[in-house]
Amino acid sequence: MRLPRWFHQLGSPPHVYRLADRLAPWLGTLGCALLAIGAVWGLAIAPPDYQQDEVYRIIYIHPQTAYVAMMAYVVMAIASGVGYIWRLKVAHAAAVSAAPLGAWFTFCALCTGAIWGRPTWGTYWQWGDPRIMFETLLLFQFLGYMALRSAFDDRDKADKVTAILAVVGVVNVPIIHYSVEWWNSLHQGPTIMRFGSPAMTADMLWPFLTMVLAFTLTFYWLLLRRLQAEIVEREGDARWLRELAPEGAQ
Amino acid sequence: MRAFNAVFTRDLRVAFRRWSELAHPLVFFIIVVTLFPLALSPTSAQLRELGSGVLWVAMLLSSLLALDGLFRSDADDGTLEQLLLSPAAITVTVLAKVAAHAVVTLVPLVCLVPLAALSFNIPLVALPTLVLALVLATPTLSVLIALGAALTVSLRRGGSIVGLLVLPLTSPLLIFGARATDLGINGEPTAAPLFLLAALAALALALGPIAIAAAVRVGLE
Repeated sequence: MRLPRWFHQLGSPPHVYRLADRLAPWLGTLGCALLAIGAVWGLAIAPPDYQQDEVYRIIYIHPQTAYVAMMAYVVMAIASGVGYIWRLKVAHAAAVSAAPLGAWFTFCALCTGAIWGRPTWGTYWQWGDPRIMFETLLLFQFLGYMALRSAFDDRDKADKVTAILAVVGVVNVPIIHYSVEWWNSLHQGPTIMRFGSPAMTADMLWPFLTMVLAFTLTFYWLLLRRLQAEIVEREGDARWLRELAPEGAQ
Repeated sequence: MRAFNAVFTRDLRVAFRRWSELAHPLVFFIIVVTLFPLALSPTSAQLRELGSGVLWVAMLLSSLLALDGLFRSDADDGTLEQLLLSPAAITVTVLAKVAAHAVVTLVPLVCLVPLAALSFNIPLVALPTLVLALVLATPTLSVLIALGAALTVSLRRGGSIVGLLVLPLTSPLLIFGARATDLGINGEPTAAPLFLLAALAALALALGPIAIAAAVRVGLE
């Protein structure tokens, strides 16, 4: 099977750098615009919840953060796998760029969850809650990935070793997810109120989905910019990079 | 199969010649188990409630202690490179090393845990469940430990990182193992968590050696 040309080109750092340079402004503008629209729509226009009143409005931020955190792990693992199998340095660079973003989003998901938990559950932190545990363990996996990476001096080796860890981790993520889900349910029913059992009404759902799209686009915007920085760092003073730099900086 | 046997017996022989190292995780386990009651000064009823959790955590922590010797010394003296050059599949070689490691480090631990469990007032009827859960958790645990060892084989200061890598991955074992033990103590049916532990073991044994072999190969490059 012949691979299409655009796929080959994704292996070339200069090509990816320029592609990212062209895509990033679009993603950034669109993502930020949608963030603004979704924030106003969700925080001001959408109706208050019949049970949680105004407190529920963090639903326009918290689930999106958690979702992007998980997506970051999957992106990292796929990029790692592609990088390991086809030996694409750009893919490794993408995985490296995704890791800190994912860790931050996971951390933010935990923080926003705690902020939401206080008024609704009466506590910031509940050790028994499966989702909190899942996010915490996800954060540990991101941290482990980054710690392992920073322990290596040799970048090529770090790429390959951490790629294996990321792929193993992504197999483990659903296992951890279900094990924490079943952890208490083996024993007792869910004691904590769960959102989502009554389906969301349309005037809440649309701003929710707008925010999902906004968070996704913003994530990829940040990812592309980080990827560019990572490529610059890896390529050092390659000729194509010097040609890109402004006159005075050369 | 011959390659498996050869590597397995060789690793066992090497391990028993340095038997004092084998005792470290066991002693560590006993110390950790002793520290918990000292810190909590619980009543005997509380001890029984805490017991299964304490035992499983102590077991995970002490199994981490032994992992340095799994690939490190063989990598240092070049044996591992020779093993990789042999015509046998690397996954088989790796699986043999993991099995030998499990026999010399995890099996003594598994034997020790029921004794410690009795000291925690865990009733005798729960012991078969506990032992069965430990036996089912052992393959997964040893594969994960070996993975941690393989990922850090080329690092001088890998020891402190391994815990960071391996412990989050072991959380399902801890959940199901401790849950099975708890259900056993309360006299409830324990099949569900035990089946899940068995499923994890099957998964780890099927996919683990591939990942470990890849990690070893990268580590020795």
